[in-house]
Amino acid sequence: MCGNCGCSEVNEVKFHTHEHHDHEHPHNQDHDHHHQKIEIGQSILAKNDRLAERNRGFFLAHNLLVVNVLSSPGSGKTTFLQRTITDRQNELKCGVIVGDLETDNDAQRLRINDTQAIQITTGTVCHLEAEMVLKAAQKLNLKDINLLIIENVGNLVCPAAYDLGENFRVVLLSVTEGEDKPLKYPTMFKSADVVIVNKMDIAEAVEFDRDKALLNIKKVAPQATIFEVSARKGLGMENWYNYLNVRSRNLLLT
Amino acid sequence: MHELSIIENTLEIALENAKNAGKIHWLKMRIGEISGVVPEALHFAFDVVTKDTIAEGATLEIETVPVNCYCQKCELEFKPLDLCYECPNCGNLHTKIITGKEIELTSLEVS
Repeated sequence: MCGNCGCSEVNEVKFHTHEHHDHEHPHNQDHDHHHQKIEIGQSILAKNDRLAERNRGFFLAHNLLVVNVLSSPGSGKTTFLQRTITDRQNELKCGVIVGDLETDNDAQRLRINDTQAIQITTGTVCHLEAEMVLKAAQKLNLKDINLLIIENVGNLVCPAAYDLGENFRVVLLSVTEGEDKPLKYPTMFKSADVVIVNKMDIAEAVEFDRDKALLNIKKVAPQATIFEVSARKGLGMENWYNYLNVRSRNLLLT
Repeated sequence: MHELSIIENTLEIALENAKNAGKIHWLKMRIGEISGVVPEALHFAFDVVTKDTIAEGATLEIETVPVNCYCQKCELEFKPLDLCYECPNCGNLHTKIITGKEIELTSLEVS
């Protein structure tokens, strides 16, 4: 239907004309009633997807394993990464790109023993996009690193749709957030390669129903590998490190 | 609220396609149920972003695309009953999402 005058004579890539007659227009624009329908059928994220593919090629050329880390605000992403960088500093040279709406506090926390960390301050933007990541990555000395960690903006909705060119995605969930979090944010959990259940040291105190949470994760994200950890206490991190080792080895084999 | 970025990108594509037009009257989008995009927020962002462009005052029509999955074991296409996307035939959870993630600009009407 013609969106302007309500007539039904709009055809694909064809002009339609009708006799001009006096009537009130729904808007104040003068026009000649030549309406054309243009078929587009284009994904809005096509540009980001293209740039993400370009990133993937760029990262591969630098022999970089790239991980996109996502969670709600306060799940412990930065603590988890601090622990990983510290424990693995002899095996992995990490570089970090951190996205936050404001401040560079997280990047400062991650500059452990000269670890390179770049902060992207997104302002009002609630997610990172492929182009932002490439610009930030170019500021890092990529020759000196073999694991690039992207700590996304704390948000379980918007970043799900944006491919950054990573090799795999880690979604964190802490025991204080409720067992049904995967059911509330299925799009994010369905995109995860790894789900980390963090703050396990306080699970009992907050009456976390572990079985129920794991069942929910397995139902919504059957593809994901699950690790239960306490990043603050350093518990359960070994399994995650083994996983990282396997990923790094596989990258070198490709 | 990434709907603002989504609408900005949509308008960019629309303006490219409507280079020879004086006015965009109608935009039609397809939004998947699990795309993470909220149609109400798109409408809100649309009014803000189109201001002072040839799309100002245009109608934004949004078609919601339901989730459809495919079970490779059973070669069965099905509409999932809940968020688990479990094959109704064999109970397989590793099914493929065929539709429901779309964020697309379908068509425009210009003059």
